[in-house]
Amino acid sequence: MIPVSFDYQVASSVDDASRLLEQGGEAAKLIAGGQSLLPLMRLRLTRPTLLVDIGRLAELSYIKKSGDGIVIGALTRHHDLEYSSVLKRACPLLAYVAGLVGDPQVRHRGTIGGAVAHGDPASDVPSALLALEADFVVRGGKKERTIAATEFFTGLLETALRPGELLTEIRVPRLDANKHGWSYQKFRQRAQDWAIVGVAAVVEKENGSINRAAIGLTNMGPTPLRASAVEQALSGGDATAIGEAAERAAGEGDPSSDINGSADYRRHLVQVLVRRAVEEALSR
Amino acid sequence: MATQGAERYVGGGVRRKEDPKLITGQGTFVEAITPPGTVWAVLVRSPFGHATIRRVNLKPVLGAPGVVAAYSGADLADEWAAPLPMAWPVTEDINIPEHWPLTRDKARYLGDAVAVVVATSRAAAADAAELVEVDYDQLPAVVDVQAASVEKAPLIHDAFGTNKCYIWAISQGDVDAAFAGADVVVKERYRQQRLVPNAIEPRCVVVQSVAAAGEFTMWSTTQIPHIAKITLALTMGIPETKLRVIAPDVGGGFGSKLNVYAEEALCLALARRLGRPVKWVEERSEAYHSTIHGRDVIQEIELAASSDGKLRGVRVRLLANMGAYLQLVTPGVPLLGALLYHGCYGAEAYSLECTGVFTNTTPTDAYRGAGRPESNYAIERAIERLAREVGSDVVTIRRRNFLPKGELVPSPAGLQFDSVDYEKVLDRALEMIGYDDVRKEQEARRDGGDTRLLGIGLSCYVEMCGLAPSQVLGSLRYAAGGWDAASVRMLPTGKVEVVTGTSPHGQGHETSWSQIAADALGVDFEDVTVLHGDTAVAPLGMDTYGSRSLAVGGVAVHFACGRVIEKAKRLAAHLLEVSPDDLVFEAGSFSVKGVPAKAKTIQELAYAAWTAHSLPEGEEPSLEATYVYDPPNFTFPFGSHICVVEVDTETGKVDIVRYVAVDDCGTVINPTIVEGQVHGGIAQGIAQALYEQAVYDDDGNLLTSSMMDYLVPSAVEMPWFELDRTVTPSPTNPMGVKGIGEAGTIAATPAVINAVVDALWHLGVKTMDMPASPENVWNAIRRAKGGN
Repeated sequence: MIPVSFDYQVASSVDDASRLLEQGGEAAKLIAGGQSLLPLMRLRLTRPTLLVDIGRLAELSYIKKSGDGIVIGALTRHHDLEYSSVLKRACPLLAYVAGLVGDPQVRHRGTIGGAVAHGDPASDVPSALLALEADFVVRGGKKERTIAATEFFTGLLETALRPGELLTEIRVPRLDANKHGWSYQKFRQRAQDWAIVGVAAVVEKENGSINRAAIGLTNMGPTPLRASAVEQALSGGDATAIGEAAERAAGEGDPSSDINGSADYRRHLVQVLVRRAVEEALSR
Repeated sequence: MATQGAERYVGGGVRRKEDPKLITGQGTFVEAITPPGTVWAVLVRSPFGHATIRRVNLKPVLGAPGVVAAYSGADLADEWAAPLPMAWPVTEDINIPEHWPLTRDKARYLGDAVAVVVATSRAAAADAAELVEVDYDQLPAVVDVQAASVEKAPLIHDAFGTNKCYIWAISQGDVDAAFAGADVVVKERYRQQRLVPNAIEPRCVVVQSVAAAGEFTMWSTTQIPHIAKITLALTMGIPETKLRVIAPDVGGGFGSKLNVYAEEALCLALARRLGRPVKWVEERSEAYHSTIHGRDVIQEIELAASSDGKLRGVRVRLLANMGAYLQLVTPGVPLLGALLYHGCYGAEAYSLECTGVFTNTTPTDAYRGAGRPESNYAIERAIERLAREVGSDVVTIRRRNFLPKGELVPSPAGLQFDSVDYEKVLDRALEMIGYDDVRKEQEARRDGGDTRLLGIGLSCYVEMCGLAPSQVLGSLRYAAGGWDAASVRMLPTGKVEVVTGTSPHGQGHETSWSQIAADALGVDFEDVTVLHGDTAVAPLGMDTYGSRSLAVGGVAVHFACGRVIEKAKRLAAHLLEVSPDDLVFEAGSFSVKGVPAKAKTIQELAYAAWTAHSLPEGEEPSLEATYVYDPPNFTFPFGSHICVVEVDTETGKVDIVRYVAVDDCGTVINPTIVEGQVHGGIAQGIAQALYEQAVYDDDGNLLTSSMMDYLVPSAVEMPWFELDRTVTPSPTNPMGVKGIGEAGTIAATPAVINAVVDALWHLGVKTMDMPASPENVWNAIRRAKGGN
């Protein structure tokens, strides 16, 4: 439970953080809420030589309306997302999913940016952001660029972030309650657990049929992923299309077998959960 | 005994006097104790399940920052006067391996300690421990108890030529005849999965020595300071008089701290060698390997019955996984349930054979219930199977077989069960759950094709507490007695000190013992202080485990109070110049019959006994007494639990929607504490049924070595507990108490699994392995439907 010794610097601004990160080289790590990093360090499974603490950058903690979307600072805590009245009205899926992360202590420390940048396929937030077709704003030095969620998760715990870059903002669309239905189905044994499988669904409805569906899958492969075959099967269909579309989910991703569930079981579960997610999304 | 005062506290909801300090962070746990000059020990543990140790190179460590010393097993070999203790050689020909604090020849499980590094800080010790170079030759490992039993299995201890540790057997009545004459025989096979105790406080040891005097004080997170003192004195070759063991506030144990561990001996050895205080703090992830595990038994149970479901014979065979070594009572744990596999039911014949087997795993030992959750699980599942075989229902078959009501009832395995009244608790539980209505709803869901099916599971249990009549322990080859001791001292100011030989680690003894003493002596609850957990303060004791504390240690407090009252009465008679027979004792005051104004309070008498200015002829000063109580029999709590589950047949997830528990633990001292024990006990039983399982791979790697993979449930996963009690006092002791610490765990596991099987039986699911995780349940449904 005692990490290897490391240096520690508090970043005074985003630029400062970017600079410190670059100076620290390969073994430097950003720390925000620390909910993924610290357990790994305490087990000595990861051994950064420098931690750059961005946890005090108040300028990166916000939830604001902007145009037809919502912008969220990367350091916004899960707890604040969960209870944000802006999100609850305009993007309730994200507020709901934030409330499913870990336990209350984790939600008070952990940040949305951390959950995204860590890129854990078992984390709920990334697949919800995939289903929301979110954009991520990243900064490296003076350069800023925007990466679509669908382009961001590149491999197991790997993302499109380049060395020296940090995630600053998450942009999600506003959902129209009359048009959009949503659901997140998190399947786990204990409330505090990672999902064995999770399914995020955002459905655009028109006269009882599905115009368009975006489905994000949690823990169905090395990265959070979109269930494109399911989405295609749903597109233009109505409630009767759900069953068959859900079956296509079994072919999505490449789930692993671990102590909490075999790949076979995950392939079964994902079908049930996709069906339930789309049904729920359609019904609200 | 003198007339007692009216009961003001016993049975009332007095708040726990321990809690204010614990919940405001003012408790003293071992981790908070750091004498000046302390050095920290960190152990180097085998990363292999089974390996020969070729070489331990400590050179790279010795120059590292902060390092004081580093030792291999060979380096410390001359520190030990004897191996680590094992107190229960259950048979004459049992194989007992030498178990040293650091292994020298082989690592026999992942986590077996190979070397120790001592440094001036915990971090420095942790860093330096990584520098120890150990050359291992990995050997084939065997972790499964069945696989370890076959002839060609890798040998854990080469010297024995076998992995068998012992075979223990008992037989009552003509078992063969009972089976030969039976209309129906049900044969079931169950697996008690391996469990990790996970007390909230990991272990910790601090040893401080006074080298010039040859004295040692050890603070340890232990349930058993007294047993630890005696056994460690023998292991270390320290005179018993020179070793003091203190268990300060201890954060739970569930049996995992009913043990004497390598790290305790190591800290003693290091303190002796280095002449400095030595401290070891267990990491949570380390605890998954270095603290004992529980259960891991394969059970075969056969019931012989007549066609109407009347039980005739019970035949049981157990294969019990000992792990790599024998800890304090490892071989005896399965046997604590060995006389209870017939459950609450009568039978004319009974036999049980238990084979203990070594494997490349962490040693097993006592875990909440120790033997009795296993026995109750087997009989309660098998009796429901029998009901289905003979076309009876699960309630009727139990009623048909219950032992008859009575104060003392002989059991099929030869025990004398006390306070038997099993119908009463079952009736009440059925009433509370609304049994007929739940069955109707179950049927409606089945008929309606609902994918969320209901299942109803019963568990009627009787268990065995009050460890133990010393003579019985002797006949079972246990190395100690089963008595306990209490001293009650009235201080000059009228306050009371109760010294107990039990050693609480969360149970609330300070509160319950205060209630007993305050009522007996007629003093205020607040005026009683309970001292425990320090062998210098409480020299006599057998400590806390097996739901024994109240039924043995609490009864000792009761008897010691009686002796104090007797003495006070003689003194009162002397001071009031009357005969003791003319006195009545009520509400803490001795008064002359018919002359209530002529009286002495017990506080006045305590002062008089202390000044000793005027005592009866031959009376010793000071108002105090000690009582050492050896129980004449075990106590036998019982109860009925009913669990209603909802099984999602699409995902396999099991949700508990109702849980009713009706327990009978005899006289209740503190209802809140009893309810807390029942809540925690049920939670741990549910945990085994649905969540927890320690899994090793074939090489001996523990795959579930953190709380991410080993699923300890939280409050969120628990149902609302609907509790009630009946009170059938035990005739074994004058207070009528029995014990409640393990009852919930013993009862809950089969109630839950029976409910899951009940929900799915019509689909063809005939059995269910634990834990009934979603995937296991889904697989069972899939298999029953004829899939793979």
